[in-house]
Amino acid sequence: MFVFDTLTHRLKRGCETMGYPQAPAPALPDRHGGALRVDAAKCSDGCQQCVEVCPTGAITRPAGQPLALDLGKCIFCQACVEVCPPKAITQTNDHRMAVRNRGDLLLGAPGQEEVRLAAALDKKLLKLFGRSLRLRVVSAGGCGGCEADVNVLGTIGWDLSRFGINYVASPRHADGVLVTGCVSRNMSLALKKTYDAVPEPKLVIAVGACAINGGPFIGSPEVLNGASAVVPVDLYIPGCPPHPLTILDGLLRLLDRLEEGKR
Amino acid sequence: MSTPPLSSPPAAGAFTFLANGTSLPWADLPEFNAPDLVRATGAEIDRGARLCAWFGVPEGDATRLVAVLAFDADSTLAVARSTPVRGSYPALTVTHPQAHMFEREVWEQHHLNPEGHPWLKPVRASNTAGDAPAVGEFFRVNGPEIHEVAVGPVHAGVIEPGHFRFQCAGEEVLHLEIALGYQHRAVEDILPGGPHRATMHQMETVAGDTTIAHATAYANVLEALAGTEAPLRAQWVRAVALELERLANHTGDIGALAGDVAFLPTASACGKIRGDFLNLSALVCGNRFGRALVRPGGTRLDLEAERATRLLERLKVALGEVEAAAGWFWDAASVRARFENVGVVFGPQATEIGLVGVAARACGLVRDVRFDHPTGWYRFAQAPVAVWPGGDVYARARVRWLELQRSGQFLQEQLAAAPAGPVNEPLGPAAPDTFAVALVEGWRGEVCHVALTDARGAFRRYKIVDPSFHNWTGLALALRGQAISDFPICNKSFNLSYCGFDL
Repeated sequence: MFVFDTLTHRLKRGCETMGYPQAPAPALPDRHGGALRVDAAKCSDGCQQCVEVCPTGAITRPAGQPLALDLGKCIFCQACVEVCPPKAITQTNDHRMAVRNRGDLLLGAPGQEEVRLAAALDKKLLKLFGRSLRLRVVSAGGCGGCEADVNVLGTIGWDLSRFGINYVASPRHADGVLVTGCVSRNMSLALKKTYDAVPEPKLVIAVGACAINGGPFIGSPEVLNGASAVVPVDLYIPGCPPHPLTILDGLLRLLDRLEEGKR
Repeated sequence: MSTPPLSSPPAAGAFTFLANGTSLPWADLPEFNAPDLVRATGAEIDRGARLCAWFGVPEGDATRLVAVLAFDADSTLAVARSTPVRGSYPALTVTHPQAHMFEREVWEQHHLNPEGHPWLKPVRASNTAGDAPAVGEFFRVNGPEIHEVAVGPVHAGVIEPGHFRFQCAGEEVLHLEIALGYQHRAVEDILPGGPHRATMHQMETVAGDTTIAHATAYANVLEALAGTEAPLRAQWVRAVALELERLANHTGDIGALAGDVAFLPTASACGKIRGDFLNLSALVCGNRFGRALVRPGGTRLDLEAERATRLLERLKVALGEVEAAAGWFWDAASVRARFENVGVVFGPQATEIGLVGVAARACGLVRDVRFDHPTGWYRFAQAPVAVWPGGDVYARARVRWLELQRSGQFLQEQLAAAPAGPVNEPLGPAAPDTFAVALVEGWRGEVCHVALTDARGAFRRYKIVDPSFHNWTGLALALRGQAISDFPICNKSFNLSYCGFDL
């Protein structure tokens, strides 16, 4: 009985995998906000409101200098956007924000109003990883949020494996490590050992505000403020947690799998 | 099924009683010397109370012990404290095992030795160069046929880190010991002196899949300290968000359980439908896990009528889909055969170790904060408590399924019954030298937050008890006499939080 039911339902549902990246990206929720944009020139004199409300110290404005926002420390609470009267900090509703260099997440300087999106790997690495990338996921002081949204990419809706990207059980089978969490002191050894067990050449992908710079727990005595304290990071994907679309965009960008000439 | 007996009112001069989500002056907590507090707490547990929290408050170079008990049948919480203690005190665990993890924690945090504790070892701290939690030695079974299996902290799959040590005779597990602490972020250590600017966000990430429950408990504590209440509409929004969180996680768990017995139709469908529920949370606040929604004094965002209508429409579709997907699963004899009589925790064991939430209700215990200690919107509307006897993997899956249906129904009713008014109010300052307790029924079970303020109204001590803190012992018991190959489904059926435990 249930076999027929299952088959009927299965046929009725059809293909559940989204068309992206060939089709347009799925819409972000209207309250999501996406990446931030900083126009420091719009700042009013001496205004420190955004600096005062930022919970992670992502925003600084030393006397006489322009506003600087570190999207790597940002947990996207939107408090700064809400308090900024001249709209120097705004939301772009853009899901794309993965970068290759930590410095590309620093916004505010002239010409650096938005993140400079990640460039693809070099030719040699693309030849190795471009069509098949296996990742060992290490949760190191994460809250489970990033882990859940990394995991969701493997479900039928996103179907990460159609890009040749898979999560694997052993670091020996992996081409890289995907790190989530602020890297607790208690996980630093396990993270290091996992990284060491991955054969060369290898990649490290830091997913979420915690893995980039400690997130909400930045400065806590038991955390190392992100993956770069233990392993060299090749791709930073901001968010708290990043939307699955943001993570997927980062991975595809790294592997040069996006047909997108702009930016 | 066993309901704790109705307790008679306590003898005068014993514990002080308060309701969930309220506060009282620190000076009003009755004081016992430590051995008397242990005895009195034990006596209350014998009369049907549950230990919600047992922790230390530093006072000079000494420590006061604090007990928070719940009388579920009376909807009251009982609290008491000890006089300052140094060195050691007689362990409560000897007579009441539900205290065992709490006493290990007190020993680790305050260096108070619970004398007679049977298995005193660190809960989460590291004593080495900071490389790994100090697990000390593991309980060992010796014999020519015995072998030991060690797994973790990094597991296969996308999950959080923990270490499991099985003592096995062939396939059979004689004993499982669980060593955690890898996710330790020192949450409780950074709270004193607060609330700080990051505190709200840290509460939301104590356990990321329980964002709404922890955020609500924290907000309730601050509101109790300020002597105010969030506007009714905010309480309604919080309840909607809390139930959405429950639906998403229960759906994910049913899918994961199906996946572990290789029943792929349900596994794949539920993986997707879980995302649909998360997207409903994102519809409410922009974030799939409910971040930046709950704020002390109310909620940051409103759930306007038009948005609520959209939410209701999409909710109905998702509920229909999960109904179908779970139907395949319950219809399959092969699935039932894998779940029944596997990983059994017996009712008396569950009572003794103080299980909470889904795991407790799957042992036939009627324990649900929404019903036993209602606060917020749950004072006006309730979903029936989902209980199933048996205590096995099947029962835990079944309770999740019942809750999915009942929370789904509850949400559909409540979304059509929004109260009018604002969603937030400015919160007054926290009262000085005050003690507040808040319980919230998260999707895993009881989330308990306790705060004590200093003379300025800043946090002097903040205690968080995630349901996982009570329930990890349940998983260890469930494995006794099981085949080690059944560990994955036992583990999934509890689906406990590592970071919520490690704090």
